[in-house]
Amino acid sequence: MNELIQKATILLESNSVQVVIGYGKGSANRTRAIFITQAADCEKLIFDSRCIQNLAVYLTKQEIKKLGKPAIVAPIPVLRSIVQLAAENQIAENDLVVLGVTPESELVEFESFAAIETFLSTHRIEIEGKYQKTIEMIKSMPVSERFAYWVKELEPCFKCYACRSACPLCYCTRCTVENNQPQWISVASHPLGNLEWHVMRAMHLAGRCTDCEACYNACPMGIPIHLLTKSMLQDVAENFGTYGPSLDKLNALSSFKPDDKESFIR
Amino acid sequence: MTEFEPKIVAFVCNWCTYAGADLTGTSRIKYAQNVKIIRFPCTGRIDFMLLLKAFGEGADGIIVSGCHPNDCHYTSGNFHARRRWIMFRGLLDLLGIDIRRIQYSWVSAAEGAKWADIVNSTVKTIRELGPYTDYAKVAGYLEKEVKE
Repeated sequence: MNELIQKATILLESNSVQVVIGYGKGSANRTRAIFITQAADCEKLIFDSRCIQNLAVYLTKQEIKKLGKPAIVAPIPVLRSIVQLAAENQIAENDLVVLGVTPESELVEFESFAAIETFLSTHRIEIEGKYQKTIEMIKSMPVSERFAYWVKELEPCFKCYACRSACPLCYCTRCTVENNQPQWISVASHPLGNLEWHVMRAMHLAGRCTDCEACYNACPMGIPIHLLTKSMLQDVAENFGTYGPSLDKLNALSSFKPDDKESFIR
Repeated sequence: MTEFEPKIVAFVCNWCTYAGADLTGTSRIKYAQNVKIIRFPCTGRIDFMLLLKAFGEGADGIIVSGCHPNDCHYTSGNFHARRRWIMFRGLLDLLGIDIRRIQYSWVSAAEGAKWADIVNSTVKTIRELGPYTDYAKVAGYLEKEVKE
């Protein structure tokens, strides 16, 4: 994408930003995140359908913050994460240049976070039909069978926490799972620890997840953990009527309405 | 064979349900002895993980109870808790954790009789469902390996 390379070069040459976070050539036929600090290196930037990593994850990392003001290459999932991070006061408008990339691979620059939100209002989160079907299939199983299904699905998990590291919204600098006095969640590949870890991860993302699937893409064992967050996204929409990131609305679980409806509390 | 006695853990808030359960006692209302009450400052403080830990430690059923909406000692703890329960319940249901084993309720400090009723009916439900062997198998995975 020449336009992207040109823009990044101008930004670095004029010293408007000190680092460009983008996609570059990775091993095999994959792409990886690259951090460009010299204008001459900008030609390493690429953008195509292989660029699926969510770069927004780097915006909150101390190591990247140290490099100075960043510009970030942002396809739709990254834009969503940026809005969510902004809503959670994790990033500031003046400390970031967003180089948006539309699904048609056109470069768009955003003046403000509000402009990103407006842009996203025409690109709403949609749970793909195949996922909806899988979730429905799982929900239609008898409870015991469903439990066995998940114990089996989660069995390969060995707690590498790649799902956590890849997620732009898992930005806590200290995490419960690193606590070992006492060990809250077993670090072994134990079915109970696996279950507890994935429940905790999903619950901490409830009402915040922007459905970028970075967790699933990062999982070395291909565990369909994104089904949990997708299902929760549907639950949030059904129960609280909010869907997707928003600058002026609080997260579903950070807010409440006195007349929230449920049917199970006696 | 002796009859199955369900182990039930109740997570209750200090200001309403705990006081309500106290009233049940002072009113000399008899109710099932299967319940172990754990007192929290507020339902908003009841972390969802604690419920999983209870199942992991061998509970067959759980009661989570606090102040009625608009009655929270901290004004909004129970509203936040309610949203969390709605989400948590949905997630547990997807994962196949038996949500019939978790009873949520609002019991005020004046509802001693309601508390007795909640406990009795939960014990009855869990008695019908039987011990939570699915979860116990997962929780006791390592012990089983060693024994075999």
